[in-house]
Amino acid sequence: MGQDKKNEMTPLMETKEITKKFPGVKALDNVSVTFYPGEVHAVVGENGAGKSTLMKVMAGAYKPDRGSILFQGEKVSFNHPVEAQQMGISIIYQEFNLLPERTVAHNIFLGREPSKFGFVNLHRLNKQANDLLIEIGVENMMTPTALVSSLSVAEQQLLEIAKAVSLDAKVLIMDEPTASLTRTEVKLLSDLISRLKAKGLAIIFISHRLSEVFDVADKITVLKDGQHVGTVKTGDVSTEDIVYMMVGRVLDHYFPPLGSLDDFGEVVLRVKGGSNDSLNNINLELRRGEVLGIAGLQGSGRTELAEALFGAIPFKSGSVELKGKPVLIKNPNRAISEKLGFVTEDRKSEGLLLMQPIYDNMLLAIRSLQNLFTFVYPDGIRQYRKLVPELGKQVDVRVDSYAKEVQDLSGGNQQKVVLSKWLASKAEIFIFDEPTRGIDVEAKARIHDIIRGLTKQGVAVLMVSSELPEIIGMSDRILVMHDGTIGGELPADSSETDIMMVATGQKLADSKSGSY
Amino acid sequence: MTTESIATKQIKKEKLTQRIPQVYYFLVIITVLGITLDQIFANGNILSSPTILLNILIRSVALGIVAVGQTFVMIGASIDLSVAYTISLTSVMTSLIMQGDPSRVPMAIGIVLLIGAFVGLINGLLITKLNVNAFIATLGTGLVIKGFLNGTFTNWSGSVPRSFQALGYDKLGPIPLSLFLLAGVVLIGWVILSWTKFGAHLYAVGGSVQIGRLSGLRTDRVIIIAHVICSITAVLSGLFIVSRLGSGAPWVGPDGVYDLESIATTVIGGTALSGGRGGVLGTLAGVLIFGVIDTVFNQLGIDTFLKTVLRGAIIILAVASYSIRSKREAA
Repeated sequence: MGQDKKNEMTPLMETKEITKKFPGVKALDNVSVTFYPGEVHAVVGENGAGKSTLMKVMAGAYKPDRGSILFQGEKVSFNHPVEAQQMGISIIYQEFNLLPERTVAHNIFLGREPSKFGFVNLHRLNKQANDLLIEIGVENMMTPTALVSSLSVAEQQLLEIAKAVSLDAKVLIMDEPTASLTRTEVKLLSDLISRLKAKGLAIIFISHRLSEVFDVADKITVLKDGQHVGTVKTGDVSTEDIVYMMVGRVLDHYFPPLGSLDDFGEVVLRVKGGSNDSLNNINLELRRGEVLGIAGLQGSGRTELAEALFGAIPFKSGSVELKGKPVLIKNPNRAISEKLGFVTEDRKSEGLLLMQPIYDNMLLAIRSLQNLFTFVYPDGIRQYRKLVPELGKQVDVRVDSYAKEVQDLSGGNQQKVVLSKWLASKAEIFIFDEPTRGIDVEAKARIHDIIRGLTKQGVAVLMVSSELPEIIGMSDRILVMHDGTIGGELPADSSETDIMMVATGQKLADSKSGSY
Repeated sequence: MTTESIATKQIKKEKLTQRIPQVYYFLVIITVLGITLDQIFANGNILSSPTILLNILIRSVALGIVAVGQTFVMIGASIDLSVAYTISLTSVMTSLIMQGDPSRVPMAIGIVLLIGAFVGLINGLLITKLNVNAFIATLGTGLVIKGFLNGTFTNWSGSVPRSFQALGYDKLGPIPLSLFLLAGVVLIGWVILSWTKFGAHLYAVGGSVQIGRLSGLRTDRVIIIAHVICSITAVLSGLFIVSRLGSGAPWVGPDGVYDLESIATTVIGGTALSGGRGGVLGTLAGVLIFGVIDTVFNQLGIDTFLKTVLRGAIIILAVASYSIRSKREAA
């Protein structure tokens, strides 16, 4: 108790009214949070709530537009992450900053090697690394001379922490440290966190797994749409309370009416026990004429499911049936010939040839089905004359010429070109991964209309989205993914709370009694 | 107590396997294969005559020295295509300045080393400060040197004194001086890469510029120094070549294909084209593999075109074996 009081008198780090804008979004809006030494502080929130942005502002990777950061009571401002690091603020990203071809010791002391006249004292380097590993209690996990590439993901995570400790970190920020760890590995990490906490470090981590948050954290800060909803002590609240704080907003956007029973037809796609490296026992059915929404938090396997269905990273086991007949979709070409279409999450790197004209992009998918030695030109010109304007009208691309390069189009128009690519190949099953990310409201509504219009023509749509309003506004059924598998199915018009419950690994029936 | 001894044992085991680059197994296989072929189809001289073995080494000196430099820049995820012309420039300038006069040897060596450092500095600055792709930047400086040489010199020019030719021909006991030069360059290269801060930072910058920067390294400076070192090794190669030839000419570098062969031997030696991995000991093995192949083919009297084909095949084989291995490691 006495300890607690002392801590509360001396906050280690504070963010004061931080606001950070990116083109089109306010990622952080007036956020003030206080962090104390010897305290584990979890930051939670939906996708896009501003968690990562806040962490990056604290670590000096972003400059806030307004507001200030206080470190040990003094106002600080960082031009570069290295400056924050030197003050004792270390951040560990999901993508590790480690050199796989170098040893543990070289990675820990990179840029700070013990040396004399430019020569590294390898003996001391390894000795210091070994001492450090013993100090934080991970000496059984790795040796100083082991190559980083020989370590598991969890061990690399521990190595990153060791590196931060060696930099005399007082504040340790971790962005989803447990996202790719197994249960036993999470235990290792939480043990280490407790040891560091006892040393008086302030530990801040982002997590989507609420059960872990409750196991490890002393305090929880909830962000929503860039705003600070509240900071609570873990003992004072239940998981349900946190989920309520994370969700709940007004739908400010028009969605076309959901499908009716008349629209739904037979099952066109059925997956039984589909598994691969990132997915585990996927079972789903997709009917003609419906929009099946796939919700889930980052890293839950949403995109991986879409990629598996389309054969980009195929299932390794389990079966896939299309219209009742088993097929092996081992690559995208096979998927396209089976009338599947995939509108990818990152249209710029995966969906479009940016430097090529609109018509080539529109015809890309059908051309992939033609014999490699077909003469493109006479055929292509014929198709171009007939098909391209039809497609353009169908998806409402607003351009003066189809010869224009795709990179010159707006985000909304680009997405329409991607869509038309699959309309051209007469796809019967459309997979959308984040169909409206990064495009303006008007184009969003237009794309939602097009998706609904597709189902009216008998197409089956599987729509992956991280935006809950979009999932709720568009889906006839909702599958919620958690930890690489389908955590549960929810009916149309489910609440954000219910979806978040499943997505964070709570069982809906159990959540009422508060147990997990 | 027991766990500790197990741990130290593990460390020792790691060190031993790490110390021998994989390419040496390849070198042994090729040498044994070459000797066997020589025994069966030719006079078996490779084994019986030590001069042939020695010749393999001497053949490797010029390529070996410049390949050490190439290894430096490639570990830094860069590349240097200008080395062949730097070699030519060195050979011409050296013989031009020396004019057969022994007293001018030190001055000539000093000047060409400065020229080499300057070329490397320009390469490094173009790549780091102007952000020109290394491939293009060094191709460009190479062409500039080529143009200068071709416009100024049309034939053998100048000559080096007999005392300087000792470097190419004399022996210290049974061992040619030039081998000391090669061994020295490889040794210094190895020491710099594995024992100095600069070496550690070069591996880091080659592995990831971003990580280097976040760790507070002066990444630009590391790359520039690597390029200066590379150009200086090209100068040393050029000095050795001109001591053998007696006079310099603009075509000696490109004729020896030192640019592409230094890259090829470095890659065979296990240095990743993407940077961050490798070392000069591997490169030395790569150079020796080329030397052994040349000798065996000469012994067998096989067509030189076929030799070129085989060299190509070996490059592909070596690189494929590395990428298959790293794929397996990743899986």
